[in-house]
Amino acid sequence: MASLDSGDGGGHKKGPGVKKAKKHNTRVDMTPMVDLAFLLITFFIFTASMNTPTTLDLNMPKDTDNKDQKTKTKESGSLTVLLGKGDQVYYYEGQLDQETASEKFKQTTHKGIRDVIIKKKREVEANYVQDVECEQKKAADNKPIADCRQKDFFVIIKPNDEASYKNVVDILDEMTINRVERYALVKIADTENEMVKVTEAANGIK
Amino acid sequence: MPRVSLPKKNTDTDMTPFVDIGFLILSFFIMATKFKTPEPVPITTPNSVNADKLPDDNAVLISIDKDNKVYFSVIPKSDATKADAVANDVSTVRELNLDDKDKQNFRNSPMVGMPFNKLKGFLAVSPDKQKDIVQDGIPVLDSATNELVYWIGAAQRVFAGEKLVVMIKGDNDSHYPTFKAVIDALKRNEIFKYNLVTMPEEAPGTSEIAVYRREIEKLQGKK
Repeated sequence: MASLDSGDGGGHKKGPGVKKAKKHNTRVDMTPMVDLAFLLITFFIFTASMNTPTTLDLNMPKDTDNKDQKTKTKESGSLTVLLGKGDQVYYYEGQLDQETASEKFKQTTHKGIRDVIIKKKREVEANYVQDVECEQKKAADNKPIADCRQKDFFVIIKPNDEASYKNVVDILDEMTINRVERYALVKIADTENEMVKVTEAANGIK
Repeated sequence: MPRVSLPKKNTDTDMTPFVDIGFLILSFFIMATKFKTPEPVPITTPNSVNADKLPDDNAVLISIDKDNKVYFSVIPKSDATKADAVANDVSTVRELNLDDKDKQNFRNSPMVGMPFNKLKGFLAVSPDKQKDIVQDGIPVLDSATNELVYWIGAAQRVFAGEKLVVMIKGDNDSHYPTFKAVIDALKRNEIFKYNLVTMPEEAPGTSEIAVYRREIEKLQGKK
């Protein structure tokens, strides 16, 4: 089988003065070595951690009571995403008020939220009124001018106390996937939390 | 009766190329393997489409495990004594009376997640035995007793003038309030930029980021 042939056994001329050397078998059995090599291969394949961790950058604003420093959003361009228990996602557009709350407040999943974000983004982009200042800034920074179209789009992420860390990272990742430029992680309001709780109870989510 | 003599075939296959390839693969795996650093608490991080590599120099790592326990560790690449200095700072600020051996144990221990009142007892144990101890986690949830604030403050003072990377490594199953408490502790120390540790994931082919990345690639390819 696996063996090394050192090329003995041919080509020597026999002469009267040449003593016949004793023929040694120079074939080395390589099987154990090969066995060991493959054992090591399998070991390394199993222990290899090829995936090096990556980083998701998160910037939080400084807490401020100064009204001028607070980020302002247009009601028409805002989308609020609420995260509850059981990987459930709730959302509403604009502002939530008493009369329209039950209509606006909708429930979806982490898969479904992507379409909601895309739809809202398209809607905001369609209503874009040319902003020269923004476009010049983008051009100066060597960034696509088309990004100005979504300048009024703002996603507010509000996880409640039962949301898992994975949910939060998933939704932040969704911002990267859909190239949402402006989003914020905000504390959930009591009324909103109440609505999430009520919907959870109605849908029987534990 | 004459026997039918079958031609004698040599069944000895030459295995050399096979063995060559075998060793090639073996050497590749040996080189490519980066051994997982032993973790006292296993943490499964969520996935994200981000492709940025994790910076590992001058960093503090705040870990949250699945039971919402918070751990703190210092990762100084260039100067290992920085970790001692962090322990020293915490010891003076909170009057913990850590001695030099405790500080050295802090440097060598992979993760520390003990409240201050139990810290000295924990650090008295040698690092290789620390992993057998179940840690309580650094208290963070109550903002009045948020001990992580002191840890971060200590790290900031030690790494003053240098760039300090804050990494947050949370488990999939940990709950949001803990994460929020960690963020609050960082905010109280005027740190507003964090790196969340995630595992890479492929972006969906039709998503905007994938389209955007392809465009960027095209632009760079033209140059």
